[in-house]
Amino acid sequence: MMQAIGTVPDTAMLLDLYQCMLRLRDFEVKVQELYRSGKLPGFVHLYVGEEAVAAGVCAWLEPKDMVFSTHRGHGHALAKGVPGRDVMAELYGKVTGCSGGRGGSMHMYAPEYGFMGTNGIVGAGLPLATGAALSAQLRKSGQVSICFFGDGAVNSGSFHESVNLGTVWNLPVVYVCENNLFATEMAFSRATKNTSVASRAASYHLPGVEVDGNDVLAVYEAAGEAIARARNGGGPTLLECKTYRIVGHHEGDPGTDYRTREDLDSWKQRDPIKCFRQKMTSTERVSAEAFDDIVRETEEWLNDAVEFARNSPEPIAETVMDHVWAS
Amino acid sequence: MQNGMREITYVDAGVEALREEMARDENTVYIGQGIGPRGGNFRQTRGLWQEFGDHRLRDTGICELGATGVAIGAAMAGSRVIVDEVFLDFILEAMTQVIQQAAKTHYSSNGKIKVPIVIRGAMGSVRSAGSHHSHAFYSWFAHTPGLKVVVPSCAADVKGLMKTAIRDDGPVMFIEHKALYNSKGEIPTHEYSIPFGEARICREGSDVTLVAVSKMVQVAMEAATALEKHGISVEVIDPRTIVPLDRAAIATSIRKTGRVAILDEAPAMCGFSGEIFALACEECFDDLDAPPLRICSLPAPNPFSPVLENQMIPTVERVVREIRHSLEA
Repeated sequence: MMQAIGTVPDTAMLLDLYQCMLRLRDFEVKVQELYRSGKLPGFVHLYVGEEAVAAGVCAWLEPKDMVFSTHRGHGHALAKGVPGRDVMAELYGKVTGCSGGRGGSMHMYAPEYGFMGTNGIVGAGLPLATGAALSAQLRKSGQVSICFFGDGAVNSGSFHESVNLGTVWNLPVVYVCENNLFATEMAFSRATKNTSVASRAASYHLPGVEVDGNDVLAVYEAAGEAIARARNGGGPTLLECKTYRIVGHHEGDPGTDYRTREDLDSWKQRDPIKCFRQKMTSTERVSAEAFDDIVRETEEWLNDAVEFARNSPEPIAETVMDHVWAS
Repeated sequence: MQNGMREITYVDAGVEALREEMARDENTVYIGQGIGPRGGNFRQTRGLWQEFGDHRLRDTGICELGATGVAIGAAMAGSRVIVDEVFLDFILEAMTQVIQQAAKTHYSSNGKIKVPIVIRGAMGSVRSAGSHHSHAFYSWFAHTPGLKVVVPSCAADVKGLMKTAIRDDGPVMFIEHKALYNSKGEIPTHEYSIPFGEARICREGSDVTLVAVSKMVQVAMEAATALEKHGISVEVIDPRTIVPLDRAAIATSIRKTGRVAILDEAPAMCGFSGEIFALACEECFDDLDAPPLRICSLPAPNPFSPVLENQMIPTVERVVREIRHSLEA
């Protein structure tokens, strides 16, 4: 249930945030297992460690709002409300997947849930999300467009051109940078002198906000303000969420050639799901039993998604040319 | 002038189509650099900003990547969009969005997301513009599944095909020719549109079929007039759209004449001329009296010197010479 901006989230919302993060985590851990055992074709980039960002942002979204995602996008799809079955079946390449098996991990589309696509090209979602916001503004639809991207995108021309256009046209878009400190293997601090993404907002004259991307309540609060601003005609916000992926860049990359074991371990200590649960139970805002119920539900939800995907039919080979043309 | 026809320039024919379609559907928006109050570098949006305002004529800075991506995103979200690269040459800044996003999203989304966008740009050589402003690389787009490719040669086709392009639910490359913008032609006074995939026989003939698009149609027509004096009857055919391609009309003409020449402002390698060459061999092999002939630009960047560029791009004289040579061989 949507809450007023600036209010403390109630217990139901706290549980929703937990459920969302846990689903994203368990889903990806399952994908990792399936991928390693050769069940899934293609390539997968897992969202493990970054769940607080998608959960905190998407908690504010209405079904009609639009999310543009990245190559690390399963979590964004799930957080926006795409059923686990549809996402898992797509990873299997099945006809019941959200892209009918034509897309895969990096080409998931579910506009019926306002999910406008994962994307195989770093930075490509930035102008697309900006354009969707332009369309929303022209149609006076009241929709907000959310663009997720990583630190790898912010040194590209797409970032500069899109944020500039979104700002000069005062569009209802929120630019959410998931700064996980590495573009594939390239450390952000080696890629740029200015490692504060939020500070770049000053160049374009839009609000820039930095939050701890592993703290779901911090993300939730900042995203609530940014989304309200966009929805109320106040234009875009650049929201930088500092986070970390505690897996490799893609499944198959150990992720330790360019990061130290110490760094990795210290970020694991800051696991967004464990930390949130710890904080909520120690302050007695949520009971351990309530969390445990969600753990059980999530397991059932995930088993159902995998069973559905596994039992779904393959696409019919002869349909390969369907949908090349819209008319 | 024929009854029911009037004269108009190639560029104004496009403006008319845009005006009619933007008035018909208020969900149509036009994005590009200098297309607002200025009315476009080529006057290709003259008067539209005054009529439809800032909201629907979105002037941008010089940012083809951002503007094209924004246009594609707006189309994905439910608007109908025309994005103007102005010079087609500048689309190189935005190619990733055209090929990776616009062309594929309908397919990859299993038909769930439409991308109704016209990507407009002017190609070709004009007044020694030099190597950065003179490309004729329209064939590149035809090589990408999902993109329709329109290359009009006259005012009537610009208007009729632009209307069809705007109403199409998928991405359409609308590629005009810089050197044709001020050329005049007759168009119907009544409202009309021209379907994609229908070639136009520009001139009937019996000895050789000459296939050309865009500005090369003009060259072909002048060459046909000159060749007539040498007793050679040329049938000139303009496919008008490369994708979809009217294979049947081209094949019918080749079967009739038994010979085909393809005239192209682009180089021969892996391009439109090779495609028509292949079509002739695949569909008309037994009807051919001679191998197909390609008359193309020489494979060099466009030089600045008019003397050099004139040597590079096919001229009327070269077309006449090569066709005469092939027939007399």
